[in-house]
Amino acid sequence: MNGESSNPRRRRLIPYALLGPGLIWLLVFFVIPMYFMGELALRSGTLETGFGFSWEFSNFSDALSRYDENFIRSFLYAGIATLIALLIAYPLAYMIAFRAGRWKNALLFVVVAPFFTTYLIRTIAWTTILSDDSFVVETIGSLGLLGGSDRLLATPTAVIAGITYNFLPFMVLPIYASLERIDTRLIEAAKDLYSSAAQAFWRVTLPLSAPGVVAGTLLTFIPAAGDYINVIFLGSSNQSMVGNAIQSLYLSLRDYPTAAALSFMLMAVILALVVIYIRFAGSEALMGDEEEVR
Amino acid sequence: MRWLRHHAVTIFGSLAVLYLLVPIAVIAIFSFNDPEGKFNYSWSGFTLDHWTGAFSIPSLNDALVTSLQLAALSTLIATILGTMIALALVRHDFFGRRLANFLIVVPLATPEVVIGAALLSLFVSYNAALGFTTLLIAHVMFSISFVVIVVRSRLIGFDRGLEEAARDLGASAATTFRTVTLPLIMPGVIGAALLAFALSIDDFVISNFNSGQTETFPLYIFGAAQRGIPVEVYTLATILFGVTVVAMLFVIWQQARAERMAAMLPDDEPYGTTPAIPSAPGATGG
Repeated sequence: MNGESSNPRRRRLIPYALLGPGLIWLLVFFVIPMYFMGELALRSGTLETGFGFSWEFSNFSDALSRYDENFIRSFLYAGIATLIALLIAYPLAYMIAFRAGRWKNALLFVVVAPFFTTYLIRTIAWTTILSDDSFVVETIGSLGLLGGSDRLLATPTAVIAGITYNFLPFMVLPIYASLERIDTRLIEAAKDLYSSAAQAFWRVTLPLSAPGVVAGTLLTFIPAAGDYINVIFLGSSNQSMVGNAIQSLYLSLRDYPTAAALSFMLMAVILALVVIYIRFAGSEALMGDEEEVR
Repeated sequence: MRWLRHHAVTIFGSLAVLYLLVPIAVIAIFSFNDPEGKFNYSWSGFTLDHWTGAFSIPSLNDALVTSLQLAALSTLIATILGTMIALALVRHDFFGRRLANFLIVVPLATPEVVIGAALLSLFVSYNAALGFTTLLIAHVMFSISFVVIVVRSRLIGFDRGLEEAARDLGASAATTFRTVTLPLIMPGVIGAALLAFALSIDDFVISNFNSGQTETFPLYIFGAAQRGIPVEVYTLATILFGVTVVAMLFVIWQQARAERMAAMLPDDEPYGTTPAIPSAPGATGG
């Protein structure tokens, strides 16, 4: 490496100077707020008297016993939505990677297109699509698939459908990226060695695309578990998720300690799941490939 | 039957594409609706009123202007900070590199509601007044990681020989950065900026926690949802969609152009047509 800087000590400081401002921003406005949230969760008191710090660990157990159903619903809905998103996204990503030809870029564009409309608006668009007298609901209803009821809004189905839609691109893009990277000669080699198309898929293509599947499921599940918009527009209080509880506790009821305890637990559960998942599936999926320094 | 099996992936994929596009079409179509009541949920008639009067609701315009200012400012800051981080991560080996990588990835793995709640906890603890400033802090915070990832992917494919050539020809480090490095990574930086802008203008959850009385475009929609969202919101959403699509196409075009320019440069091949002695020492020196 010639040039750059003649002074080696100055050169050693360059990366820190480049990193400094951005990482300090993340430290002050991401890491330190996490500490304050933890501290807030251990306070007691009321909004009128003010909240004093008192190692109030019972906030956690109280929050959990009051909102256990919200927690269960969050992980249940997010889990189902992630699974459905995977089932939709994999064939779509496969088509874009291997069958699209010159339509590839146009299709990738379609995948991210929902992001170009406001999140709230596209959720509200689903309210129109799933409203009681809409074409979709009447068709499903006339097929007898609504189980006697004539509505889809304010049901878990509507909430899960909304979540699936809103986070689908997060599933498609990583799977596409990993399928795209596969050396197709490997698949041809499998076929040359007399594997059937199905065998080649299950034993070559699918394992090679696993990093994309891991990244996609994480990127879908994490925001889905914390979501509260879909419940507000497509569900009712009977579908209330943990995000809804956190939002109303923080912003309407102003019960900060309980709210902080809930968000802290949500974060802890998600971090635990991510760690287990990565142990199980390899770390490069989330961290990105640890590329060489150039 | 065999045809069906052969084309199953394509058929299924096309259905998925349709699924992705339907709500967008609904938004565009319903911007021409003439709803009877306050709620724009079912079709009742065609009108152009909400396009000709797209900017006729003052509070909606204010919210949109706030969103645009917020997005412009947070994009500027996040793009500069993120690009610097990406440069450090890709080009330097230093103590704490893994930790820095980790700090950038964790916000991406944190649900928005937790980021919003944690920031609010910080602001509440210091009795900070919520408003434009707290929104700006929050938006820069969640944009940085995305900028780093986009710019980093662009930097990884960067041919450092070009910079060395500039230095060999007597350019200073600053001139080299300005005239060689920056133009070459610019498509990546613009792409990152566009992403940051889109994230900011679309953000609801984190803003919901940290906005105070300040109203952005998504916050306006949320507030209006209770009393019926004006059709103009659909019009503005359609316009925003159109503008973003055009901006995206511009970036793609820029990137294609940059790649064409890079492709015109001689790669590993020595400058003659006849291959010199293969792997002659110093032939590919750097």
